[in-house]
Amino acid sequence: MNLFFDLFVGGISIGACYALVALSMVIIYKTSEVPNFAQGEMAMISTFVAYTIMESYGAGFWVSAGLTLVFAFLLGMVLELSFLRPADNPGILGSIVITLGAEMILYGLAGWKWGANQNPFPIPFSEYSGFTFGPIRITEVNLWTIVASLLIMFLLFAFFRYTKMGTAMKAVQQNAFAAKAMGIPTRRILTLTWGLSSATGAVAGMLIAPIATLDPNMMLDPMLKGFAGAVLGGMTSLPGAALGAYMLGLIENYFGGYVSLEFKSVVAFAVIVVILCVRPSGLFVKHYEKKV
Amino acid sequence: MDMKRGYYEDIELFRTKTSLFGVLFLIGLFVLTPFLVGDYNLYLINLIAINSIVAIGLNILVGYTGQISLGHAGFFALGAYACVLSMVKLGLPFVIALPLAGFFAAGFGFFLGLPSLRLEGPYLAIATLGFGMAVTQIISHSEFTGGHMGIEAPKMALGPFEANTSAQQYAVIMTVTFIMTIAAINMMKTRVGRAFRAIRDSEIAAEAMGINVLKYKTLAFAVSAFYAGIAGALMAFALEHVSAGSFNLILSITFLAMIIVGGLGSIMGSILGAALLTYLQIKLQVIQEAPVIGPFLLDISKSYFTPEGLPNIQSIIIGGIMIAIVIFEPYGVNGIYLRIKRYWKMWPF
Repeated sequence: MNLFFDLFVGGISIGACYALVALSMVIIYKTSEVPNFAQGEMAMISTFVAYTIMESYGAGFWVSAGLTLVFAFLLGMVLELSFLRPADNPGILGSIVITLGAEMILYGLAGWKWGANQNPFPIPFSEYSGFTFGPIRITEVNLWTIVASLLIMFLLFAFFRYTKMGTAMKAVQQNAFAAKAMGIPTRRILTLTWGLSSATGAVAGMLIAPIATLDPNMMLDPMLKGFAGAVLGGMTSLPGAALGAYMLGLIENYFGGYVSLEFKSVVAFAVIVVILCVRPSGLFVKHYEKKV
Repeated sequence: MDMKRGYYEDIELFRTKTSLFGVLFLIGLFVLTPFLVGDYNLYLINLIAINSIVAIGLNILVGYTGQISLGHAGFFALGAYACVLSMVKLGLPFVIALPLAGFFAAGFGFFLGLPSLRLEGPYLAIATLGFGMAVTQIISHSEFTGGHMGIEAPKMALGPFEANTSAQQYAVIMTVTFIMTIAAINMMKTRVGRAFRAIRDSEIAAEAMGINVLKYKTLAFAVSAFYAGIAGALMAFALEHVSAGSFNLILSITFLAMIIVGGLGSIMGSILGAALLTYLQIKLQVIQEAPVIGPFLLDISKSYFTPEGLPNIQSIIIGGIMIAIVIFEPYGVNGIYLRIKRYWKMWPF
């Protein structure tokens, strides 16, 4: 029974990281229908920036994390301004190609700047000591990962619910044309959306880096899993995407623990394909047939 | 400009004497190539030809049928392993193993085509991407396929004739590429090709006109996978070794980049894009040896970046090209060619 709870904690913890990635992708997809394949590399670059601030300038963890969030916000805005905005109605394939191109550029830049070395990412939490609640043991890192992701989700919820900017973003998501007619600067909102999404992704990067090691390939797998989780839950619903990502983390961890560790990564995608065949828009979203 | 006045004019392979002459000239050039260029350049041309086959196949799926695939590295891997394993473990001759590899990949393409009936956009992208990742994972963990180490490819043999050097491989690879290209051009002119394009332009309208969407969508996936499988098999012989690690997501993205750069919905564009990107990829890996720009980049790397990370510049440049093409020239290199052609035909207007 202990294995069951250990796998549960591990699954929720990795699912929390996936959920943050999923949320950052959904924030962009909902506003502009762009599936952002560069999300993982954006988070990876941000994490490298945090690492450099800590290593080269000797800043503390919290200071560099704060600076990194600012950097990530700017990075997202710059990417939108320089790549997405000049494209004239690129369509779904065009936007996928643009974000894939951005991914390759960021990946190449990180490889050029930091090499392929695997760097340890220092955090003020222990990976080994932890807390015990009855049969459940949880390490400090896992606990903080779960808490941080829940906190970010709560903040995002509050932002979209109670601030003027959040309401404006929701308006653009629902109907960009009508939002424009109501006096909302839709293009500026779109740029800010990218910044917000990039900052959310950067948190995910900084939570994943201590579990994995810090290198340019770090975010490749979490990005795909986060995307898969978002697709599983539904790309057009924030809570749905987060739930889907948590489910994916759990499924993956239980499969790895009970069936086969080697094919742990495969099962996530098998589940996605099967579920998409049954519910083409994800589990928690109503499917709309396209009208002629 | 390209006005066609009848059905038979549409299906003709050579519409004018000039185009017939051009094709004959091209064939002559290809026959003479091994005598004119060195061994290394022939190897490069082989890689370009192989990538052209994948690009044509992917263009049939993406450019002509309007579906999205980020999993073509998976079909490529399936073809490579199917061909090599059937030769090593079953002892089949190359002439049988090559089409077998194609049909093996096509079978998987058919099954991947089934979800595409209900999925579109990012959902289809993630499903195909997951397929590609799954194939690589399963191959690299299976004992039968040699695991992470991969397997050595046997010799490419056609009866008594054995292709050992790049020039001999060139003969085989170029013949296959030529056949596949002609087949693709012809298929796009038949009922099948027109059905593909109808589905791309409007699925609902195509269905209303009586096109069996189930049949033609899965067929598009199967044909595309067939091309990728054949190319993968040839690549195994050109590189003399297959390992699962090389069939990664970056490879799938590169295939997609080829047809985007070359031009969607164009066979010639696929070949141009494949040639351009393959050449760039090989040359950019050794960019520090380039005459002027190499030392300059090395200096920059030493002061601001890491010198050993310099080959990463190839993904920066390829990514930049992909974005630039979508923003500035959505029809790719083929679009530029068509514009120039129209300019000369219309001259002086």
